[in-house]
Amino acid sequence: MKILAYAEARDGALKKSAFEAMTAARQVASSTGGTVAAVIVGANVASLADQLGAYGVSDVITVEDNRLTEYDSGATAKAVAAVASAEGADLVVVSHSAHGKDLAPRVATKLEAGLAPDVVGIDGSGDDIRFVRPVFAGKGLAEVKINTPKKVVSIRPNVFTATTADAPATVSARNVVVDFSDADFRSKVVETKVTTGKKDVADSDIIVSGGRGLKGPENFNLVEDLAAALDAAVGASRAVVDAGWRPHSEQVGQTGKTVSPTLYVACAISGAVQHLAGMSGSKYIVAINKDKDAPIFGVADYGIVGDVFEVLPMLTQEIKAAKN
Amino acid sequence: MNIVVCVSQTPDTTTKIQVGSDGKHIDPTGVKFILNPYDEFAVEEGLKLREANGGAVTLLCVGNDSAKENIRLGLAMGADKAILVKDEAKGDSFSVASQLADVLKELGPDMILFGRQSIDYDSAQMGPTVAELLDLPVITFVTNLQIDGTSIKAERDIEGGKEVVVASLPCVITAQKGLNEPRYPKLPDIMKAKSKPIEERAGTAPSLRVETVALHKPEQKGSGKVLDGTPEGVKELVRLLREEAKVI
Repeated sequence: MKILAYAEARDGALKKSAFEAMTAARQVASSTGGTVAAVIVGANVASLADQLGAYGVSDVITVEDNRLTEYDSGATAKAVAAVASAEGADLVVVSHSAHGKDLAPRVATKLEAGLAPDVVGIDGSGDDIRFVRPVFAGKGLAEVKINTPKKVVSIRPNVFTATTADAPATVSARNVVVDFSDADFRSKVVETKVTTGKKDVADSDIIVSGGRGLKGPENFNLVEDLAAALDAAVGASRAVVDAGWRPHSEQVGQTGKTVSPTLYVACAISGAVQHLAGMSGSKYIVAINKDKDAPIFGVADYGIVGDVFEVLPMLTQEIKAAKN
Repeated sequence: MNIVVCVSQTPDTTTKIQVGSDGKHIDPTGVKFILNPYDEFAVEEGLKLREANGGAVTLLCVGNDSAKENIRLGLAMGADKAILVKDEAKGDSFSVASQLADVLKELGPDMILFGRQSIDYDSAQMGPTVAELLDLPVITFVTNLQIDGTSIKAERDIEGGKEVVVASLPCVITAQKGLNEPRYPKLPDIMKAKSKPIEERAGTAPSLRVETVALHKPEQKGSGKVLDGTPEGVKELVRLLREEAKVI
């Protein structure tokens, strides 16, 4: 099986999702047999290719165009599909990131390939390869099979933890020229507003989220302090976002972001189904809540039944002490 | 402005899901179906565009008869008419996208709106797939939209910030929460919606590209360790996180 993994680059750097895509591609190659190549699309991205060697990928294809300084879903999809066709790729692996969600369906449609989106597990091998994905707000797990000869998957961020290869590969990068026309650049990013000094729940390893039990926006410093001690992103429940205490960009749950961090700390969040939909895939969940019957305890690995106003300052201190 | 909003019917979020006897799909018995919540943002945006630019808002849905009830909500919000492409098959996302694209080719809209994803299969692929089939630009997960003549400027969430994307009409947009506040239809609107036309068409589903071979309930976590909110409880939590979970 020939696998092509998309290495997402933004602002002159590879994203964590790029290394996760390499890791997932290698997993398939080792269970099914086959080779992994990577594709990087952008302006001046050739210098990034070497970083993929540590993840066991030597064959790195770059597609460069000055018009791709910023992401464009149409042009990037054309580039990835062109490389997949030229290389005879059987499987294309993309991250289910903000860009990947845009990109994967377009690439799949161009290749007349079936797409399994938001994949959290890959089972079986060869012709019997099956992709596992959460459905119905995480209340079900579907195993799907792609019937087309060419296949595309987008993998959920933070699930296929980026793992370096036992034996790093020596990268041999090559540039492929894609025949772009101006019509390929029709949805152009003209500005990226980076939130500085704050981690984003969408790609953070640890998240500390607060809910309505914090009683007001002025008390979120308790959540922020714990997040700082853990080097974590701050998240929020729908109730506190709807109340205007926190920005929507921090919302975890069905109408917010779906996250799968290594550690998720839910502070004074009861755990409505809409919230669980966005975070129940986390590896470890800690719940802190006054109400011992709160549904959040049903998904928690560790729980503290107690008052967040007392527990959070203690926990922050203990974490700081433990880390020193 | 000729505006089409593509909508779908989904189980209510809080509905309990049971796996059907085929082991592949949900058992619809007793499941409450609603208009996909994200589609309400798309309908609202369509209505705002009509208010600013004139024209008409058409709802387009691929589904079975029972979807009509949910389409009525969009009509009650203010959409002018609806088209239901009848498809009883349990198709995949591509099959729905391709049937939507067939109708959209004929309608030739200036603007096509979707919710960012439907809350059943959560694929988030319908908007970009339709855009690709129609060779149109797409902007997904939009939280702010400005249209000036045929120019579009949209803001979308990305990891670590926001992107501002420009495109021109015709264009496909998928709506994210934050784009607007969907209106609640009032009783007269609901009454009026009953007489708005829902045109039915026969669908032609292509062969399945993706097939669900099994649907499971996720494994329930064993009951977690519960501690009390004393200094000892907190110390024990930190110890467990370090020594057992090894996450800090």
